[in-house]
Amino acid sequence: MVIHSLYIINKAGGLIYQTDFTPGLNKLTANEYLVLAGTIHGVFAIASKLTPTALKLSTPSSLSSQSSSLSQTSSHGSKNSGLRCIETDKFSIFIYQTLTGVKFMLITSGPTSKDINDLNYSSDVAEGLLKNIYAIYSDYVMKNPFYSLDMPIRVDLFDTKVRELVKGTA
Amino acid sequence: MSKSLRIASDDIWKNKVEKVNAEVFTLTYGSIVAQLVRDFKNDYNQVNAQLEKMGYNIGIRLIEEFLAKTNQGRCSSFKETAEVISKVGFKIFLNITPQVTNWSTDSKQFSLIFDENPLEEFVELPDDEKAKQQLWYSNVLVGVLKGALEMVQLDVDAEFVSDVLRGDDRTELKLKLNRVLKDEIPTGED
Repeated sequence: MVIHSLYIINKAGGLIYQTDFTPGLNKLTANEYLVLAGTIHGVFAIASKLTPTALKLSTPSSLSSQSSSLSQTSSHGSKNSGLRCIETDKFSIFIYQTLTGVKFMLITSGPTSKDINDLNYSSDVAEGLLKNIYAIYSDYVMKNPFYSLDMPIRVDLFDTKVRELVKGTA
Repeated sequence: MSKSLRIASDDIWKNKVEKVNAEVFTLTYGSIVAQLVRDFKNDYNQVNAQLEKMGYNIGIRLIEEFLAKTNQGRCSSFKETAEVISKVGFKIFLNITPQVTNWSTDSKQFSLIFDENPLEEFVELPDDEKAKQQLWYSNVLVGVLKGALEMVQLDVDAEFVSDVLRGDDRTELKLKLNRVLKDEIPTGED
């Protein structure tokens, strides 16, 4: 699986970070990126509304909140009812929303032969990656005293660390 | 629950968080408070307010690290929140686990009792009586808790009610849940 791009969307649906990892991708205009982020934000909310209540209630998460949710390594059955993944033949999109409402979104290449053997393979990889990106974000963005919350992220260290991480995964 | 929480947060403390020399930490905080006291010309109420403000700004950022490192999901009750604050939050950031006690009957208010407090090592309050009556030396913690909880949509009141530095028997921080900010819970979180 090739990781193409990373988007970070704040809790109001504004795009605060966008970067491409694969060279040669077509760029959108700044405005189109913002519209894309807003759309994802909206679709996420719609997906959440569409989730049948019965499904929400029966997810194992209601159990895990009684035991320790620290040990939860994978979100198969997390509390998130929103959009988690969009798959097409050409590309996939994976989304992870934190409890504070920030969304991390990865655009990757489409399903590969590995996915035929293990349906969850690429979503597990993407999810692990997204959580690691969240950890880097919490360190290098949130702890930068001059970063103001919910504003576009212009932090070189964050760029570098994320690139290292993605390179290591690929 | 509490046992597995403890083991998990022990592991995070040991393996995942960066540590800093305890004295550097204590002395840094001490000099901040002392400077504030000088800047505000011994107006301790102002100092308390400033410390809380600083704490708030720390809290709204620190919560992200907390969530990223612990993988903690949303708490199902305020009781659970209390446990997590003490056994996970304080554990991974300060390596202490304050006791959770004094629950009100409606389960919306509790106290954290600090048997040890790394901020207050080496500290003695100034001699003037005003300091002992007004200054809450560790007030930054109040702000951190408020800020962090606000970001996970819990509106709380927090305040110190006693402090060993003032000559009290124990250091007690009271937390009261005002309301859950339901409108602000991100969609997809149920």
